[in-house]
Amino acid sequence: MITPHWEHFEHQADMGVRGFGNTPAEAFEQAALAMSAIITELSLIEPREEVVIQCEEADQELLFADWLNALIFEMSTRRMLFSQFKVSLESGQLNASAWGEATNVERHQPAVEIKGATYTELAVRQSHDQWLAQCVVDV
Amino acid sequence: MDINKLHRISDYQWRIEPANGMLVPGIIFASEDLILDMDEKVYEQVCNVAKLPGIVNASYAMPDAHWGYGFPIGGVAAFDPEQGGVISAGGVGFEISCGVRTLHTGLTVQQVMAKQKELADVLYKYIPAGLGSTGIFHLNKKEMNDMLNGGARWAVERGLGEQADLERIEEHGCMQGADPDQISEHAKERQKNEMGTLGSGNHYLEVQKVVSIYNEDIAQAFGIKLDDIKISIHCGSRGLGHQIGTEFLKSMAVSAKDHGITLPDRELACAPIDSKLGQRYLGAMRGAINCALANREIVTHLTRQAVTQIFPDSHLNLLYDVSHNTCKLEAHEVDGKTKNLFVHRKGATRAFGPGHASLPATLRQAGQPVLIGGTMGTASYILAGTEKSMQLAYGSACHGAGRNMSRRQATKQWKGGNVIHDLAERGILIRSPSLRGIAEEAPGAYKDVSAVVKAADKTGLSRLVAKLEPLVCIKG
Repeated sequence: MITPHWEHFEHQADMGVRGFGNTPAEAFEQAALAMSAIITELSLIEPREEVVIQCEEADQELLFADWLNALIFEMSTRRMLFSQFKVSLESGQLNASAWGEATNVERHQPAVEIKGATYTELAVRQSHDQWLAQCVVDV
Repeated sequence: MDINKLHRISDYQWRIEPANGMLVPGIIFASEDLILDMDEKVYEQVCNVAKLPGIVNASYAMPDAHWGYGFPIGGVAAFDPEQGGVISAGGVGFEISCGVRTLHTGLTVQQVMAKQKELADVLYKYIPAGLGSTGIFHLNKKEMNDMLNGGARWAVERGLGEQADLERIEEHGCMQGADPDQISEHAKERQKNEMGTLGSGNHYLEVQKVVSIYNEDIAQAFGIKLDDIKISIHCGSRGLGHQIGTEFLKSMAVSAKDHGITLPDRELACAPIDSKLGQRYLGAMRGAINCALANREIVTHLTRQAVTQIFPDSHLNLLYDVSHNTCKLEAHEVDGKTKNLFVHRKGATRAFGPGHASLPATLRQAGQPVLIGGTMGTASYILAGTEKSMQLAYGSACHGAGRNMSRRQATKQWKGGNVIHDLAERGILIRSPSLRGIAEEAPGAYKDVSAVVKAADKTGLSRLVAKLEPLVCIKG
């Protein structure tokens, strides 16, 4: 068992997000945290409001990109930031909840806006006892 | 980049021989120093693009080429629909028709420096910038489709721009062949509240002074003099463009096999121009181009309002508006014949030479203005398209220097507050909602754009005309 966690990885113009977990679903959750952390400090985002997200895609890597892109869409159209995620994956179906709050420019001081999840460095794979999900996001 | 893999054609032109499935050679326009400094991915991506069906002449890279998504940033490639040519969502990117426009102000350096702080504050107040900002014009369904069809022309008709601007914009401000029905509700939803916003990242609005003139004749034709104050705006198609890029990247990646295309890289997602998917993307992408043109026109409208608050007698006229992430149908000479090609410019600017029919009469003799942005602490440049550029790479030039370090590295090296302070000491005022954003965009995080424009000039891709330095920078 590992402690789920996230990290950013280097990319010249943009930013790589990487989540680690005991399951792919956990890795997806952690990568979403990594993405929010590009915008602002996670501790500044209150998980007040729930948004439900559903995706369907047989290819797990494309599903991961779809997951991040669904979050990007919700952040953009609801003008929200998210700091908590719960993902369940089954046979290509993703059901998730994201908790967050309305973007407050003064408090959150958003560093950048995320345009989309790319297929650069896109991977969802198991390595030893942990799952990893990653890609570069365009900012 | 390992220069030994390249064949030197001249001091500023390097060739990659076709191998491993490449249909055409790769050609990189750059000085030896720039080549040595380029990341290895550029080589790989130039080669990958050269493998795509229907590519004509070569897979080109501009002097500022760096690692992109599928295509290198600074990549140019044209495809012939009659040869099974493809159109690539990856080759246009997420920020469809991101571009730069430069406005004349008629103001002097003395006038601006006397009111520098007020000008910075009023521009910051009037121009929505950064994540969380909203446009003041909210479009309903019909207005959205009108905008997607009409571009800057729509904005002018709506009272959010000036008629005289249109001939100074590529496509006269309106990209023909847009098909709003090919643009998803998601994309329109994302755009509803974003018209007339700057965005974030490397987008900006700058008040600049002209510090050098390199070509008097062209400068005169462009209306540029030493000590002139210009305003430049760099932004794109906002959420709509991003969503279209996202959706079609997936559709094209998933259906490539069905079209008989083996993608060397998923990011190079493409479809035959003549396929249903290719045509759908073309219609959507052209709508996104119109969105970017309308957006820059509205930001200009807001800028005009802001500047007249401080300088009531000023009038901002548009020099030119260029786009650098597009795929356009253009007529070019290939082996002595005129062919209609789909020219992808990814992080590359169109640079049509003197006499080109698409240029307004007042600019036709000089060539198309090419606007190259720098960082908030360095310089920007204005160049002109050349006849040679039409022969070298379909009339294309670079668009700005790439980064030389990641955003993470930049925030480790600089603090936003210090960057603002240091630039203020140099007489440059920055306004932005995010200190971290400023650190990520610190001048030192970027390569030297002067080396890039010098190479563009030496290689013949475009001709140096003027150098500008920032006085005020609004960034998101």
